[in-house]
Amino acid sequence: MAQLTYREAVARGIAQEMARDEDVVLLGEDVAKAGGVFKATDGILERFGPRRALDTPISEQAILGSAMGAAMTGLKPIAEIMFGDFVAVCYDFIANEFGKTRYMTDGQVKCPLVVRMANGGGVAFGAQHSQSVENWCMQFPGLKVVAPSSPADVVGLLAAAVRDPDPVIFLEHKGLYGTRGEVPDGEIVDTLGTAKILRPGTDCTLIAVGMMVPRSLAAAEQLKADFGIDAEVIDLRSLMPLDTRTLLASVGRTHRVFTVEENPRVLGWGAEIVSIIADEAFFDLDGPPVRITAPHVPISTPPHLEALVIPSVERIVEAVRQSLAA
Amino acid sequence: MKGEEGSPDRANDDIGEVRRLEMYRMQVLIRLFEERVQGLYLENLITGTTHLMIGQEAVSAGTSAAMRDGDLMFCTYRGHGHVLARGAPADKVLGEIMGRDNGLMRGKAGSMHLTSVEHGVMGSFAVIGSHLVLACGAAWRARYKGQDDVTVCVYGDGASNIGAFHEALNLAALWKLPVVFLCENNLYQEYSRIAEMSAVEHPSADRAGSYGLERIVIDGNDADVVFRAVSAAIETARSGGGPAIIEAMTYRQSGHSRADPAKYRPAGELDLWKERDPLKLYKARLRELGIEDDRIAEVEAQSRDAVNEATEACKLAPLSSPDLIMSNLWADGSCAWRN
Repeated sequence: MAQLTYREAVARGIAQEMARDEDVVLLGEDVAKAGGVFKATDGILERFGPRRALDTPISEQAILGSAMGAAMTGLKPIAEIMFGDFVAVCYDFIANEFGKTRYMTDGQVKCPLVVRMANGGGVAFGAQHSQSVENWCMQFPGLKVVAPSSPADVVGLLAAAVRDPDPVIFLEHKGLYGTRGEVPDGEIVDTLGTAKILRPGTDCTLIAVGMMVPRSLAAAEQLKADFGIDAEVIDLRSLMPLDTRTLLASVGRTHRVFTVEENPRVLGWGAEIVSIIADEAFFDLDGPPVRITAPHVPISTPPHLEALVIPSVERIVEAVRQSLAA
Repeated sequence: MKGEEGSPDRANDDIGEVRRLEMYRMQVLIRLFEERVQGLYLENLITGTTHLMIGQEAVSAGTSAAMRDGDLMFCTYRGHGHVLARGAPADKVLGEIMGRDNGLMRGKAGSMHLTSVEHGVMGSFAVIGSHLVLACGAAWRARYKGQDDVTVCVYGDGASNIGAFHEALNLAALWKLPVVFLCENNLYQEYSRIAEMSAVEHPSADRAGSYGLERIVIDGNDADVVFRAVSAAIETARSGGGPAIIEAMTYRQSGHSRADPAKYRPAGELDLWKERDPLKLYKARLRELGIEDDRIAEVEAQSRDAVNEATEACKLAPLSSPDLIMSNLWADGSCAWRN
């Protein structure tokens, strides 16, 4: 068992898969010589050489397009889009290509690739480098979307993503790169589409991904200590496929549900989850489902303003307390 | 323009009669196929949209003749002819366009997305420009794995002005990928003259120099010229010499899609290009070379029969299965997104 940072876990997961399978290759802007602008691919070039770890021009369409062309013909590329926000300049591949090729060709063409992106805020980068783009990706049939919150999950889910025969968007949270956690030794392979209950509770269910997971856990501790509210915290880990069974079972036990989303309000993933719960577990609920989200505004740059946009521990505590008191 | 033909000489023919007759057969097949598609559309047996390549047959025939088994092709929504030329059977191509169970993709995706991996056609792409970067990836894989196939990416003049074109050219040249970009310049990007939409006369070839590549403009209505130019580019790419970009000048004798009567053409332009019709040109070439009329008639009949037989087979084939809509989203064949 080793203590790794989240960013070291990314490199460990990539290295584990590149060592296992010669068809796994890494490409993106500054991923090789520089080891990634977030240092999440540090050491990959040194270990695997320039044939398998490639720096690319600032050409996002070429990065995703060549990854897909290679995936269609026999490689398993791991492509990086440096900031999730930038996927907008190559959105065609997300919206029109990756998830449709197998479907439209009735299974003739496969697309086994992973696109890693640094997602989310919390590091004062402003409105075009801090967005949470999971909703941008999960709306298209045919894409899997994964968003780990701990170093151990990073390794295991990245391995599962690389081994998956379908395209996977792998959202690394840039606010978590410096966080540490225990990572078991040896090969780790997790399962996509499985949520994890990180803190069992009896009074309500908090559903989160990415950086909202540690904040929800901290909020749960505070709710217990200050108000005697026992919150269950679920890390979704995978938005597509979605582990609705775990969510519905939790709501069946706690009877109240909160989604904790970093994305702006409208059409956030929490809306889909709340809709499923309303459809299928309405009579389990003792009160309205609550979505804790960013307001529907872009993210401001200075930390004191950014902190007002992205849900904080205090905001989560307050939303849960008020709702349960009502 | 490269490849102006001198007087053909039957004794010193670098292309050879067998290949010439095959290229002619293919051009006739594509012409009759496209005319049939239009006819079936008018009978309401084809719905949605189609993008015909009548007038551009020489590019398809010459290009595929230059490719070998295992070489890959990425083409566009105006791709019926290329898919046929790569060897996909006419009934499967037509069945796909008609939404029938016998189609290449069992009648799921239609005219704009024809794919036949078995014949090296990795897809027909309908978002302009995307497939140029896909072709880079396929070529990168070949080099990575030490495989000697070459990827040919066919696209239209209009795609030369989209960002992905420039990203693809830069990456292909930078990484010296075994890929040939083949621009079919049919003078129109959809409903507008490409000359009025491009800062340069030849939207692809004039940009080649920006990526350290040779400027190549050819007569796309002459299958021999296409064959020679694409063969040379493929040979260079296969032997590690890197990518090429070829701009083939041709003419779309029909509108952009089935809804377009092409009224924006200047008077007389169509007639002028019909004088340089690729089939007419090629038939004259065969005769000039002394190939007997009955052999020419024989391949014309083969193409006619193939289109007629395909039409009959497709009319009898069942419509594509409703099961298709909920299948093959994921590798396990399902479309499940939750448990």
